[in-house]
Amino acid sequence: MDYSTNEMMTVAASRAVSNDDVCFVGIGMPSAACNLARLTHAPDITLIYESGTIGTKPATLPLSIGDGELCETAVTTVSVPEMFRYWLQGGRITIGFLGAAQLDRFGNINTTVIGDYHNPKVRLPGGGGAPEIATSCQEIFLVMKQSTRGFVKQVDFITSLGHGPTGRERRELGVTTKGPSRLITDLCIWQTDPETREFVVTSIHPGVTREQIQDNTGWTVRYADQVDETPAPDATELDALRSLN
Amino acid sequence: MARIVDLKTAIAEQVQSGDTVAMEGFTHLIPHAAAHEIIRQGLTDLTLIRMTPDLIYDQMIGMGCARKVMFSWGGNPGVGSLRRLRDAYEQHWPTRLEIEEHSHAAMANAYEAGAAGLPCAIFRGYLGAQLAEVNPNIKFIHCPFTNERLAAVPAIKPDVSIIHAQKADRKGNVLIEGIVGVQKEAVLAAKRSVVTVEEIVDDFAGLHPNVCILPDWTVGTISLVPGGAHPSYAQGYYKRDNDFYKAWDPIASDRETFRQWMQTHVLEVGPEVFAERVTFDGPTVTSRSDSAQED
Repeated sequence: MDYSTNEMMTVAASRAVSNDDVCFVGIGMPSAACNLARLTHAPDITLIYESGTIGTKPATLPLSIGDGELCETAVTTVSVPEMFRYWLQGGRITIGFLGAAQLDRFGNINTTVIGDYHNPKVRLPGGGGAPEIATSCQEIFLVMKQSTRGFVKQVDFITSLGHGPTGRERRELGVTTKGPSRLITDLCIWQTDPETREFVVTSIHPGVTREQIQDNTGWTVRYADQVDETPAPDATELDALRSLN
Repeated sequence: MARIVDLKTAIAEQVQSGDTVAMEGFTHLIPHAAAHEIIRQGLTDLTLIRMTPDLIYDQMIGMGCARKVMFSWGGNPGVGSLRRLRDAYEQHWPTRLEIEEHSHAAMANAYEAGAAGLPCAIFRGYLGAQLAEVNPNIKFIHCPFTNERLAAVPAIKPDVSIIHAQKADRKGNVLIEGIVGVQKEAVLAAKRSVVTVEEIVDDFAGLHPNVCILPDWTVGTISLVPGGAHPSYAQGYYKRDNDFYKAWDPIASDRETFRQWMQTHVLEVGPEVFAERVTFDGPTVTSRSDSAQED
């Protein structure tokens, strides 16, 4: 069965979450991945959107984090202050699933500006829920298409903390949650080195070369001792993903 | 006590140039008709507060209503940028726009602090986040009991908060359901409030006892504007017009196209056009689609 690189990325991302997870879902690619997981291997996963919907089960992917279907199919819908105070800050979320405009090798996320904050080259939408999702969820998964513009040595602005500019700041600030541990792209899967807190490539998607990965990364790519080949999407995964769109 | 008046009167009475205005609705129930009335009345120099400025503030900013905008996510959801907001901030068109930027958690907590009558909100946030370096209204304090470092932001206390709701009763009690966002907090935090509704009913008999109600004595004015959230939606009445959100991007990308669109669809019309812009759900639509799914 033929599939696109975007579909490979979404399918690989969907495999990262499990049936027991309580997932705080960002819009776009994270939302596609989490709902695909729900329709395939994780039917009981709890999906939470920042609009207040808890345990939602949309039949088609929402355009916004607050589409009506998210509320209609949810176990319950709470106010936005309650969502951020009791559910996120309260430590009830296992996985925060986020995207980024710019990302560095320590998983620091920029969705605020390209260039200087006060005189930006490009003004991006901003942080939304992400600054607190990044530190309050037990663990962070990231999904993002690779390019040298997006995968940079140093992000222009830390909207949401990964492991900090040197990989040590998260611990130094006393943040007790795990932070970014997995990054799924259109080319490969990265996991966080437990010592340096850098992303290292642990699995390469079928047909992708190491040269391609390096050409689309703004830092020198490190590989794990053992690098696997990501299993290609199967028919069940592709059918479920296509039914969501 | 809430008074039921037409929208033109409500805005004229409750909102003045220079006010700090919060128009809330988290994707759902965004008070677009009220924003268009503010634009028609030519109000300027407003400080606009909203978690997601969305198309509603893109339009107000592009028409020169705002001096400053306070927000936490300034995009067109699922589509891209807010082009009028960016043009005002980056190129000062039509006027210079100041921004104060927060996270969602900060603004949600700040609204709640405003409703609670507190001077500031305290929460576990902005850890390692650089907004704390560029926004002087983000500070940190230590818990007097555990010494944990916590973020603090000033409470949001608007001069006027404006929301759209499903319905009011004749007495002026207001019902909101579905994604309820921060509207209750925004109204309780404000000195004055304007509410637009899909319908006004005789009474609220038979409702679930825990449904979100703003009692009449917490609300300023209520105006009947069916369709008044379009292109946002009103749960139980009509759906979000996702096609309009996509169509807005090319309209807003060019100053002249934007001005012409606002002239035709806002300046030359009144709130009554909103009812024509939506397709109302029939009363049995929900149950019909439910049974179809079970088949």
